[in-house]
Formats: sequence, structure tokens, C-alpha cells
Amino acid sequence: MNSTRCAACKYLRKKCPPDCIFSPLFPASDPQRFAHIHRIYGAGNIARMLQKLPAHLRAQAAESLSFEARCRIEDPVYGCVKIISQLQQEIFMAQSQLAKTLAQFQVFCNSLSIADPQFQHAAEASSSFIDQGPRSNHL
Amino acid sequence: MKGHEHRSSSSCAACKFLKRRCTENCIFAPYFRSDEPKKFAKVHKVFGASNVSKILIEVPEEQREDTVNSLAYEAEARLRDPVYGCIGAIALLQRKMAELQHDLAVARARLAGYAACSGGAIYAISAPPVLNSMDCSRNVAVPSIDLHDRFNCCDGFSAAASIDRISSESIRHGGFADFGQPLLPL
Repeated sequence: MNSTRCAACKYLRKKCPPDCIFSPLFPASDPQRFAHIHRIYGAGNIARMLQKLPAHLRAQAAESLSFEARCRIEDPVYGCVKIISQLQQEIFMAQSQLAKTLAQFQVFCNSLSIADPQFQHAAEASSSFIDQGPRSNHL
Repeated sequence: MKGHEHRSSSSCAACKFLKRRCTENCIFAPYFRSDEPKKFAKVHKVFGASNVSKILIEVPEEQREDTVNSLAYEAEARLRDPVYGCIGAIALLQRKMAELQHDLAVARARLAGYAACSGGAIYAISAPPVLNSMDCSRNVAVPSIDLHDRFNCCDGFSAAASIDRISSESIRHGGFADFGQPLLPL
């Protein structure tokens, strides 16, 4: 029997039973963590989500839910989706820069192969690499 | 008599789902149209109608559409991956970004190397740079990248540390094979 209530049961002002689903995930030492999750998702929704998961995955689920809840409290409009959006934009920019650099590489190799036949091989390999696109070893 | 042009003759998706009358002042009506029932169903399943309503009341009206869209996005992510939700998507994107940064550095170094050697008599003829980002099958450990600093929120909450901790588990777990949602309008 739990002599102390977990953070969830303390927050909800109810008894903490021995089989409380929240107890292993929301210790009394961190009351804010549950408070944030409850504010965004609600205790009932959280309990339902956790119950559907195998026990060994619930800690990770609670952690990610806690993170997302905290992001949503900090930024009620975008939450953690802002991070995704920023990453997508940065990936797009990095891909553009990479394509530009590879194109420069090809131009450079082509110009060198004109000046020096030793570079013909590198120019052809570079060109076919850019044309063929991603390697597909195990896709 | 004019004046009620915005009044919908049919219930919004939220009120239809909740089986209640859709009033003129329904907070959900502008954002959960009746022809998009799944959108509200998903949001309600993850967050609950009353929590969504509280969040919407908190934000200025001009930002509510973006709020609903981001909630729908998060709900979709959570339903697809009940363990990691959006964190799984973040982990994959971070890994992709790390690979791109590596490849960009390699490509630039190669280009600089060739340019530097172009005046010399003897050349090392090499293949084009081997790029990780082109080979999706490779598993690359996510290194520390400077994205983390901007995700540190105030009062001690380190989004960066949380992402690191959760995302490494997410990659090991193998969740989120694909999450090709388009960018949200910001």
C-alpha cells in the first residue's frame, strides 16, 4: 500500500491505490510535472493513453507528454510544433546549400577536366552522382 | 433582418461530435468545420474538448486558427505514435539535420581542397564526396548541434535536455518511420 500519495493523486485529492497507474510515473517529488500534463491533456485522457501502452513504455510516454505539455504552456499557439517547423525550415536551407555546393563541385570538376584530362574521371563521377540522386542500398 | 451572416445553419464538427447545440458564439465553430469531422475527433481524443476550449480562450482570436492547426498536428502525431508523439518527429528531423550538416561540411571541404590544389602539378583524383544524407539506410548518432540553445525556455526548463533524453530513446525504439506533414503557416 502506498504510504505517500503520488503527485497525481495529491493533485486530484484522492487516495493513491497500490495499483495507481500514475504512481510510478509521477512521484510526489515533482508535483509540477503532473500539473502541467493535467492542464493540457486532463488526467482522464492521460490515464487512458497510458493504459493502452505496455508497462515498459509508459515512462517514455509520460516523459514525452510532459515535454509537449510544457511546450504548450510556454507557447499556447504552437507548442512543440514550432520546433518541428523550425527544423523543417533549417533542413530545407541545408539541402539547398548542399545542392549548391555539389553543383559548384561539378562545375569545378568539369572545368578542371577541360584543362587537364586527369580530372575527366572525377568530373564524370561527380556528374553521375548528382544525376542519379540518393543511393538506395537498403531502402 | 441582417446581422447574423456568420451564424451557421448547421452545427460545427465539434458540436456535432459532442451532440450539443452549436451556438452563435461557439468557440470551435470557426476552426472545426462540419466537413472536417476527423480533425476535431482527433484533437478531442488527445486533449479533450474542454482543454482545447481553455487553450483557445487563452490566445488572441487572430492566433486561434494557428493554435487549432498545431493542436491537430500534435494530436495526429500522438495518435500515430502513442509513446513519443511529436518527439519522434523531432528526433528524426534532428538526425536528418545532423547528417546534412556533416555532408555540407564534407562537400565544402572537398571543394576547398580541390580549389586549393588546382595550381599544383599532381592531383589526387577522388570520387565525389560520400554523403550520409543521400543514404537513408545509415543510422547516425545524433551529435550535439547548436539548435539546442534556442530551445531552452525560461525558469530552468531545458527543452534541449529533454529532447536529447527522449529523442535518443525514440530513435532506439524505432518509432516514426515517416512524418511528412507540410510546414504549418507561421
